[in-house]
Amino acid sequence: MSSRASWRETFAEEAIAPLVALGIALVVGDLLILAYGQAPGDVWRTLVEGTWGNAYGFGQVLYKATTLTCTGLAVALSLRAGLFNIGAEGQLAMGGLAAALVGLALPASTPLAIAAALATFAALVGGGAVGAVPGWLKSRFGAHEVIVTIMLNFIVLALLNWFVSARLHVPETLHTPSIRAGALPRIAEWFSAFHGSAANASLFLVAVAVAVVSWALFRTRAGYELRAVGLQPDAAEYAGVKVGRVWTRAMIVGGALAGLGGINFVLGYKGYYEDGFSGGAGFLGIAVALVGRNHPVGVVLAALFFATLSQGGLAINATVPKQMVEVLQGVVILAVAASVPEVRRILRQSVRGR
Amino acid sequence: MGTLLFLGQTLRIAIPYLFAAAGGAIAERAGIVSLTLEGFMLGGAFGAVIGSFYTESAWMGMLCGALVGLLLGAVHAVASIRYRADQIVVGVALNLFVVGATRFFLQLAFDSSSNSPRVAGFGGEGASGNAGAFLANPLIWLGIAVIPALAWLVGRTTFGLRVRAVGEHPVAAQSVGVPVTRVRYAAVLLSGLFASLGGVYLALDQHQFTDSMTAGRGFIALAAVIFGRWDPKRAGIACLLFAAAETLQIRLQAAQLIPSQFVAMIPYLLTIVAVAGVVGRSTPPAALGKAE
Amino acid sequence: MSTMPAVRITAVEKRFGAVRANQGAALEVMPGEIHALVGENGAGKSTLMKILSGMLRPDAGTIEVGGRDVTGWSTAQAIAAGVGMVHQHFMLVPTLTVAENVVLGREPVSVGTFDGARARLEVEELSAQSGLVVPADRLVADLSVGEAQRVEILKTLYRGARILLLDEPTAVLSPPEVAELWKVLRRLRDGGATIILITHKLDEVMAVTDRITVMRQGATVERMATRSTTPEGIAKAMVGRDIALGGGPRTETRAVGAPALIVRDLAVAGARVARAVDGISFELRAGEILGIAGVEGNGQTELLDAIAGLRRTSSGSIRIGDRDLLALDVRGRGLAGLSHIPEDRHKRGLILDYSIADNLILGQQHAFTRNGVLDRAAIDAHAADRIAAFDIRPTDATLPARALSGGNQQKIVIAREMARDFSVLLAAQPTRGVDVGAIEFIHAQLRAARDAGKAVLLVSAELREVLELSDRVAVMYGGRIVTIRERHACSEEILGPFMTGAAREAA
Repeated sequence: MSSRASWRETFAEEAIAPLVALGIALVVGDLLILAYGQAPGDVWRTLVEGTWGNAYGFGQVLYKATTLTCTGLAVALSLRAGLFNIGAEGQLAMGGLAAALVGLALPASTPLAIAAALATFAALVGGGAVGAVPGWLKSRFGAHEVIVTIMLNFIVLALLNWFVSARLHVPETLHTPSIRAGALPRIAEWFSAFHGSAANASLFLVAVAVAVVSWALFRTRAGYELRAVGLQPDAAEYAGVKVGRVWTRAMIVGGALAGLGGINFVLGYKGYYEDGFSGGAGFLGIAVALVGRNHPVGVVLAALFFATLSQGGLAINATVPKQMVEVLQGVVILAVAASVPEVRRILRQSVRGR
Repeated sequence: MGTLLFLGQTLRIAIPYLFAAAGGAIAERAGIVSLTLEGFMLGGAFGAVIGSFYTESAWMGMLCGALVGLLLGAVHAVASIRYRADQIVVGVALNLFVVGATRFFLQLAFDSSSNSPRVAGFGGEGASGNAGAFLANPLIWLGIAVIPALAWLVGRTTFGLRVRAVGEHPVAAQSVGVPVTRVRYAAVLLSGLFASLGGVYLALDQHQFTDSMTAGRGFIALAAVIFGRWDPKRAGIACLLFAAAETLQIRLQAAQLIPSQFVAMIPYLLTIVAVAGVVGRSTPPAALGKAE
Repeated sequence: MSTMPAVRITAVEKRFGAVRANQGAALEVMPGEIHALVGENGAGKSTLMKILSGMLRPDAGTIEVGGRDVTGWSTAQAIAAGVGMVHQHFMLVPTLTVAENVVLGREPVSVGTFDGARARLEVEELSAQSGLVVPADRLVADLSVGEAQRVEILKTLYRGARILLLDEPTAVLSPPEVAELWKVLRRLRDGGATIILITHKLDEVMAVTDRITVMRQGATVERMATRSTTPEGIAKAMVGRDIALGGGPRTETRAVGAPALIVRDLAVAGARVARAVDGISFELRAGEILGIAGVEGNGQTELLDAIAGLRRTSSGSIRIGDRDLLALDVRGRGLAGLSHIPEDRHKRGLILDYSIADNLILGQQHAFTRNGVLDRAAIDAHAADRIAAFDIRPTDATLPARALSGGNQQKIVIAREMARDFSVLLAAQPTRGVDVGAIEFIHAQLRAARDAGKAVLLVSAELREVLELSDRVAVMYGGRIVTIRERHACSEEILGPFMTGAAREAA
């Protein structure tokens, strides 16, 4: 936990880099917009209005942020334990399929609470199982988790693609039949202004997950030990922590969190599993964790930011290709990654200079 | 004849892998993580199509693709070396960036979200199956030569010796006056150049650019580098092995013996097995991914 | 022979932030001599040598080499001028061969290509000339420590070094290797080279050097000729007051209790050797301090790690009273009465980014948890208590440990380990890198623990510290205890031969 005395400095250290990145992204965005012969001011205004300016757009932002929060948490939690989880993509997909399978297997008469709980649990288990592999290989054989998770993504996605296409698909599509039980209600059912947006009740489940992760990370012994392992594995070992076990657990929980993201699409939006639904949300989770500085609250904010970009792309598509925001996502991540060490260096130097 | 066709097809599939693996090997041996191969390739492919389209010359396409590769390599180098950004994050970001940028400029240049118009390639029309055109493609020959050339560069030259030193123990290299930063910049630029040529080959072979056309080939090449224990020759052999498996899969597709997805997994599974050390540990350069 | 000094350093000043590493540092070395630069840990020797070799730039003062003002030069310039540094931590690339390591940065080239054959040839030639025998084709990873050091020296010679700086070259060497090194250095000197030897070991100074410069607290305090001084004279200059080397025998006898820690036939594998601890047996009794002396790297680290549960043992037994420690994990050993001040607080002893309060429960986190939840109130109360009792400064428990001075960081570790309910205390290098005031405080704590009936196992590279604190002294050499004796039967003269492997007796 950051100290009270240096709270302001810590905040500066964490917040400056994302702000610098935002500035750079704005400049690059201006250039791209100009390249397309449009006026930057108008395009930016359209982007903001199409996202935070109306309930539908905001609902879409919330929907996209829900998945990104899950994958961001998955990456952030693993990084807190000192491991780089590039596997959120596969973990997310597996979680989605597991939820769909439960939704398909349960009779339609199953009460929503029970069906949704079971399907959600399945998503956690599915994602956790995929996360367990690199965790175990790391603690047992010292296999580098970055390489394993990258490779595992391809394996898991190929496996799921085979499973759906060979066993479970609706003809002419690459998705499963619709689930019979466990579909979560849309937000629009309560607030009609959100009509048409995909934001759904999984939002609340994910909010609970954020709170639980926050609490566990900073208020429990398990969190204390996990952060210790991530900062200084030798010191954690000295303190009686079983480092390998923490690594495995962190990857399992991280995988489960990514898997949880699967319910947003499967239970909350489409009602079925579709091949490729993860669509890069796993990789973007790395960006979310990075910009959110591995803090659950930061992750939520960063997820909202990237979701805004993504939805904003659709809003501006009439004037500038929506692919512009994909470029900007890359720029933001690059700029944050490059400015974090620089900002830290400059701040520490100025502290020393005092 | 069947064997010859098989070998030819394997080689065609292997060429982009060989280029990209060469790029991956040189950067990683210098201690810089190469998750960027996919982006380098895709950028190279796009550059090739732009160049070939506007000049109607495959050679100019190749040049443009290589320039894009060098440019992306420079971005990777500046972020990772000058600004000491986390190299894994840089890789992920650069790949995202290139996917987005190629789509954006595809839209801008050709007003399409999926593919470019047909462009000039090496060896004229309908070249795919034609042996003569195959042999006339300079990129085939370059691709065959790139691994031996890299093996010579890394193993036999002063630059290679310094690359190996810098990737293992940069402080020691620095202490005897090896310009660590410069060596790393050179290695990453070469990485961008090599890998982009893999993309150039793909695009010119298909006479067009299609969205995300590299389809994970950069990661297969990275797998080959790791599976080949960061040794250029072994990495080259791994590329051929992976390509042969793919060829076999295409051949067997009609027979439906094993689902294609399972064959596609082979490189990744082998790589996991290799890093887990179940059969002979694959140990990366000691300073890989560490900014000083 | 000119009388111009090979190296002349005057009034050098160097600061790192608030820390003053050098002030009024000076050095004059004549060509063709072996010159000792001595001083305690933290006296500023290494900083001064880094300045001379171009790795650091001085804030003030001048450096002259061969009469030329070279103040603020770069490493490359220093190498070009024939100044070569042999680092304490080897600067070798393990995956390259000996020859490749030697020529790296100045590779022989033929037709634009690295000429490996010529590199090998040149290294072999140089090796024969200098008497530094190395296997030119072997990978550095496969070399012994002594061989690796010879490669380091060859590297400087290959670059034409005429002035060699050696930073604590014997810290990692075995006595035969040390003897070999002295032979090489004398031979190089007789060939006209100038050698500056950084050390704090007085027997080395007496054995091999011609003249001596003594540093204390960043400044040069005395220069002398080796022939006309004694170890006592150097020691006095190093610490600034009279030192009775070897100390007087202690007369008081203490009442010691039953065996608290019993180690039998213990063998432990090390990172590079199969038996870093090679069959050790001893008993540590309640109410005594047993000090383990010895040159670093003779198995002390592995021994303590094995007792603490941080390293697997190959054979033997470790017990506290009648409890078998090998059956317990790290935490279980703590509960069985073990407390441990680890040798490296930056690696093991502290989580530098954790607050002082969080560091004060490290290893005892279970005791500050209720149902898996950290008990913040208890942690804060504990922190307030420890900070007051051990005078940890600053007193704000929310500050990260990283922000504290070395002495205060070490106080966190000691305050924490003393708070345990323990019967056996392992104290490894308890005063390494801490200031004088903190040293006295820490020593008092260790004595107090002993007086309270605890059994204390002290490991220190500082022989004086061992002699000052211990009731009994053991010497480790080559993974074994080569002597174990009562304090009154110890002195530096008596223990010296054991520490260097020249003597051993059945323990």
